[in-house]
Amino acid sequence: MNPSADRLRERFPQAFVRAEVVWGETTVFVQPGAVLDVVRYLHDDEAERYDYLSDVTAVEYRDLELPLQVVWHLRSLPHRRFLRLKAELPKGAPLVVPSVFPIYAGADWLERECYDMFGIRFDGHPDLRRILMWEQYQEGYPLRKDFPLRGRFSRSEQLRQALAAQPESRYSMHELTIADAFEDLPQDMRQRLARGERTGE
Amino acid sequence: MGLTTQPERRQVTVSPGQGEGWITTRLDFLVNWGRANSLWPMPFGTACCAIEFMATAASKYDLARFGMERMSFSPRQADVLICAGRVPFKLAPVLRRIWQQMLQPKWAISMGACASSGGMFDNYAVVQGIDTIIPVDVYVPGCPPRPEGLIYGIMMLQEKVKRERLSDERLRDEMEPDPQSHLYIPPSAIDELSEPFGNSVHQTRSGL
Ligand code: SF4
Repeated sequence: MNPSADRLRERFPQAFVRAEVVWGETTVFVQPGAVLDVVRYLHDDEAERYDYLSDVTAVEYRDLELPLQVVWHLRSLPHRRFLRLKAELPKGAPLVVPSVFPIYAGADWLERECYDMFGIRFDGHPDLRRILMWEQYQEGYPLRKDFPLRGRFSRSEQLRQALAAQPESRYSMHELTIADAFEDLPQDMRQRLARGERTGE
Repeated sequence: MGLTTQPERRQVTVSPGQGEGWITTRLDFLVNWGRANSLWPMPFGTACCAIEFMATAASKYDLARFGMERMSFSPRQADVLICAGRVPFKLAPVLRRIWQQMLQPKWAISMGACASSGGMFDNYAVVQGIDTIIPVDVYVPGCPPRPEGLIYGIMMLQEKVKRERLSDERLRDEMEPDPQSHLYIPPSAIDELSEPFGNSVHQTRSGL
């Protein structure tokens, strides 16, 4: 078992739920509310130094009783360790976990994808909006088990909504070097961006 | 019969010089011959089919033999849009925009099962055939089609181009989508197109 698991048990007795080892990989379950503290400890502590967040994702089981799991894959390059951190979110309650963006800037798009596909809100994320589906997508969260494979709307309605989107409206000031090209943008887009509005929302 | 006026009879005398050849032909034959043999493709490669499209363009299959080696990455200089790969709904307005940016005369080839029908991706994210977005001239089946398949499709398109007549006034008419729905096929037809296939027919819909 990854030694970090035992240290987490000692350090966070309230937040620690359980740890398990599957095929040599350690998974630690913690309370959703404590994720930010746990991750900060894992990132900062000299003995841990998990400096690389390789993925944020989620799991939903077909069994309606089982909670959703949010999964963080953490890797410590100095100590050559891998730790899987999970938090369980019961189905009835709002799906919210703290964002680890303040610790790993790379969590930005990972959390957006997780929000896009599962509808899990990451509290504290600076720019939580859809990333794979377009921003006006209205059919729900595609990787949820109650989402029909073909989507909720009819094909023609899906196509109508997709074609109504402006191809330019995908950009935000953040993610493109569009600030350089600001003067060249269409007039209405310049106005929308200048108002601080995210285009397409 | 009075429908056409009698052409003015004039004699044309041609005296070609020594060794100079000359032909007479129909104007649209000449134009079509030129167009068919210099189709500049706009490669719209979105997935695995695009790899096979690249192989078609590379030296072994050598698309240059058909006057198509000049890939036109600007839609404004392209003649034929080759959609190679699946098109997700998010890309649908982009494909439509590129098609509208292309100047007449223009044609479209839908390469592969995905572009033609959605292929195996009968799911929430993929357009069930690009002919619901743009008009398509030639469908090339296969997953992916072999380069020979694509070349066969291209040659079919060349045949089509050669058969065009300048007297057909509606030939170059731009297909305008409905301003409200942005579709140019009736919604019921689009629904019907993708209905009987796939593994999720019995899944519930909201009825929208
Ligand atoms: S038809 Fe096959 S090869 Fe072509 S894009 Fe679809 S899955 Fe890929």
